[in-house]
Amino acid sequence: MKLRLAPLALVAALALPAAAPAADYTIDSKGAHASINFRIQHLGFSWLTGRFDRFTGSYSYDEKAPEASKVSVEIETASVNSNHAERDKHLRDPDFLDVAKFPKATFVSKKVEPAGNGKAKITGDLTLRGVTKEVTIDAEYVGGGADPWGGDRTGFHGTTKLALADFGINFDLGPASKEVELTLNVEGVENK
Amino acid sequence: MLIRDTSAGYGLVSRLFHWLMALAIFAMFGLGLWMVGLSYYSPYYHSAPSLHKSVGILLLIALALRFGWRLANVRPSDDDLKPFERTASRIVHWGFYPLLLALMVSGYLISTADGRPIEVFGLFSVPSPGENKGLEDTAGAVHTILAYLVILIAAVHAAAAVKHHVIDRGRSLSRMWSGPPTS
Repeated sequence: MKLRLAPLALVAALALPAAAPAADYTIDSKGAHASINFRIQHLGFSWLTGRFDRFTGSYSYDEKAPEASKVSVEIETASVNSNHAERDKHLRDPDFLDVAKFPKATFVSKKVEPAGNGKAKITGDLTLRGVTKEVTIDAEYVGGGADPWGGDRTGFHGTTKLALADFGINFDLGPASKEVELTLNVEGVENK
Repeated sequence: MLIRDTSAGYGLVSRLFHWLMALAIFAMFGLGLWMVGLSYYSPYYHSAPSLHKSVGILLLIALALRFGWRLANVRPSDDDLKPFERTASRIVHWGFYPLLLALMVSGYLISTADGRPIEVFGLFSVPSPGENKGLEDTAGAVHTILAYLVILIAAVHAAAAVKHHVIDRGRSLSRMWSGPPTS
């Protein structure tokens, strides 16, 4: 009897909405359900986009108390990818990311201010090219719950903007290209 | 005018290969150093690397032809050199081929690491050997080191030729310039 009910219980457990107590998550870099993308104006004529292919991170999230959430991300700067080998090589040079000297960029949150509707402002320290500066990410909860493979996930979207000069990048790309916008897609798998 | 090499000296083809490639290689070194420092708004930001890549491919073709020509010709005698000088000059002469080959191939691999071909003066293009993410960094480092090494060895080679010409009163520089003595 017990054995016959077991599959039912399993189905029921999977179908139930996931309770969401405070939990720790690992950003799904392994499955690449997360991306760190950037875009910058080219001459003021168009947008050039690129991304960092390799990064790791983790966060804690509590649906009931989003202000208690924390996030930290470590980016391998050499993994910059703008789909052009010569440009990527230049981006890794001292003119830009200087990856030999600064192989990692990190973001560590300090404060999360919920703004309702699943939105929040995440303020934290971004360390890039050896310079640590406070930045604020406009974040939004996208969704979460049980995944089809036995895990629990949550996912977020975020955007922020940086001035290149703030991080010691002074290569002149023209007046329209002084700031770079970051778009972050983060999906985390709950640590169990 | 003598086309082929003889044991007495270099024919026209070898001399043209030697001086034109020497000129091009030194110019490429200067061009390469200069172009990587250009600002984004320089009018040469795209044309200088494009010229460097085009000339580089032509040099690679020239190197292959020159090597074939070398093998197909008699090597002018170096009997007037001291044994040490002879060994050194042979190492340098033959060493230039693999060194230049590696220099040119490494340059080619920088620009083709993302699968893009190299355009040669808009006349034809050399395809990428295949996308190889991140190879541009290794290839770039090798290209820089080899470029300095080639220039260094070329300087030693030139100094040796001048020394041999001025101090030893040898014929090697004259016969590379004007060919074997006509008699």
